[in-house]
Amino acid sequence: MAGNRAVILFLGPALVAIGVFFFLPVLAAFALSFTDFDIYALGSFAFARFVGFKNYAQLLSDPLFWKAFRNTLEFLLIGGPLSIAVSLGAALMIQSKLVRWKGFFRTAFFTPVVTTLVAVAVIWRFIYHPRFGLLNYLLSLVGIGGVDWLGDQHWAMPAIILMAVWKNFGYNMVIFIAGLQNIPAELYEAASIDGAGRLQQLRTITVPLLAPTTVYISILTMIGYFQLFSEPYVMTQGGPLNSTLSIVLLMYQQGFRWWNMGYSAALAFVLFAFILVGSVIQSRIQKRWEAS
Amino acid sequence: MNTSPVRTFFCALPLLAAFAGCHGAGDGRTRITFWALGAEGEHVAKLIPGFSKRHPDIDVKVQIIPWNAAHEKLLTAFAGESLPDMCQLGNTWIPEFRTLNTIDNLTPWVAASHTVHESSYFPGIWDTNVMDSLLYGVPWYVDTRVLFYRSDLLAAAGCAKPPASWEEWFDISAKIKARYPGSYANFFSTNNEWAPQVILGLEKGSSLLKENNTLGDFSGPEFTEAMRSFYTFFRNGWAPVKTAQIVSVYQAFAEGFFAMYITGPWYIGEFMNRLPDSLQGDWMTAPLPGPGGGIGLSLAGGSSLVMLSRSRHKPAVWSLIEYLSEPEQQLEFYRLTGDLPARVETWRDSSLAHNRYAGAFFRQLNHVRATPKVPEWEQIAQKVREYTELITMDQYTVEDGLRALDREVNVILEKRRWLLHGR
Repeated sequence: MAGNRAVILFLGPALVAIGVFFFLPVLAAFALSFTDFDIYALGSFAFARFVGFKNYAQLLSDPLFWKAFRNTLEFLLIGGPLSIAVSLGAALMIQSKLVRWKGFFRTAFFTPVVTTLVAVAVIWRFIYHPRFGLLNYLLSLVGIGGVDWLGDQHWAMPAIILMAVWKNFGYNMVIFIAGLQNIPAELYEAASIDGAGRLQQLRTITVPLLAPTTVYISILTMIGYFQLFSEPYVMTQGGPLNSTLSIVLLMYQQGFRWWNMGYSAALAFVLFAFILVGSVIQSRIQKRWEAS
Repeated sequence: MNTSPVRTFFCALPLLAAFAGCHGAGDGRTRITFWALGAEGEHVAKLIPGFSKRHPDIDVKVQIIPWNAAHEKLLTAFAGESLPDMCQLGNTWIPEFRTLNTIDNLTPWVAASHTVHESSYFPGIWDTNVMDSLLYGVPWYVDTRVLFYRSDLLAAAGCAKPPASWEEWFDISAKIKARYPGSYANFFSTNNEWAPQVILGLEKGSSLLKENNTLGDFSGPEFTEAMRSFYTFFRNGWAPVKTAQIVSVYQAFAEGFFAMYITGPWYIGEFMNRLPDSLQGDWMTAPLPGPGGGIGLSLAGGSSLVMLSRSRHKPAVWSLIEYLSEPEQQLEFYRLTGDLPARVETWRDSSLAHNRYAGAFFRQLNHVRATPKVPEWEQIAQKVREYTELITMDQYTVEDGLRALDREVNVILEKRRWLLHGR
């Protein structure tokens, strides 16, 4: 059939590219996760062994992995909702009729998203500096003593979360603005004629009608935040006392610092499983919510 | 530099070389790439013109690799087959690159050399480059750890001299603590350093790994004893357990928060620059005290120059290694970087051996030992740091902590056991 041939002709190049540059590496990494490919195997491939599920078993009994898992979860569960709340707040503010210079604020809030992380990290390292930092200076004005933000194992993760939220909220804000613009203005008019206040309008119109956008954003945020890497990599290298070690950072250290590629690949697939489960749960919640 | 007459002269050389029928690249010149790390890379470029004058047919391209990315970069370059002709390697990395068969045995080159002789080097440092009695690197500059101390604080506590044995070390620590209860006698940066702990183990005679480096020996009697002593410092309040409270070592040292600190030669320059002028007469360096007196063992650190096996210009690479190993270049390099020269005669000729702060390093360098020569060492060292920190924080007893450490180390060394015995 001529139609089929055309389909193959048009899709072929793209499929080949995806196969070679996406599926093949993923399959290779999956195979790698069942071997003990390491520095010796790099020297001679004969030194690589098939080890079955040993990497996975070792990983699940590795305290460092669970530490990284807890850290990532902490980042996700605190940073995720915080980031979504800030994005929604900023979107509502920009869409509000009371605010002028909307374009300016939209651009200003979006700027951190497109700024290079390394440049941002330099600035935030100044802000967090225990003696000369802006944050500690502001705190000292209200009588709070110096906190060593990046050097204290209890404060390092909150500091990373704060910076990540600041860096990322602009992106979700833009999506929220699009969602807000899709809500018909008549609904608000009708509500105000019926005597609904601003808060009531927010609760009964804005939030329910934004639900699909919110679910979309929360899935994206979860996937992104699960893969926390660059912020701790440039700010703390996972320290102090591994308090900012994330799963991806651990993967990077195992893979490229110690060259334990097999172990590192196993980590990647465990992370993939987490993200998959997280996404499935979220979409289930969404479906149940839509059905009711 | 580009406009110097020397440079202009060299620009005309390719022509001559072509007529002389030199081998190498199309234009008759030999081009070698030299990867040097961090500050060393920046400074070594200044020594290259002198080499080019002597070897006009060799073009040297120095590429600077930042220290903190160097290890990853080298391994990736190996995987991508894009390694240079010559490289600076931290001498603890040599076993790893030897295992990968990427660096050449230099023994035959040294045998024929008029410049590089084993007898010119500190034996402990030379040994870090030797594997299975073959030499894989020529020491370029050296480092080791010694004791930095505040002589005024020691004197105020009634101690005229730095400790000469562990017993004296404990005694001085107790006196300083009694004199300054709010401060500490020592500082061990347990949250990011493994060197002092490993040094104490070496001094007690531990070999760190056992059975041909296939099993951990940290729970063995020597290392256990060393860790008991190490723990004493923390239990008695002679060293702070919470190391994160020290944001700047220089500031804490200047404030007298601690009086003794085991660290390397780069601190000479840092202390000279960063400590206030009023304190400049009040700090000194001393060799590490041995457990029963005398100079104790310290780590054999530093960087070596290696020849990559893939290089097609090995004679040119060797002549550059020889050039950088000459006493004059070693001295010049010390002036540029502050890195301590690897050749003993450089120290003697320049009276560096009698330098106020460097003298302790010279004496210590005759008492240094290499860490176990296995590719897994860096990974093991991190585990040592992790577990010794947990011991100081009382999360483990010394014995339990070291047993747990050995269990982890044995997992890391599993592959090595298989390679040596299991196949």
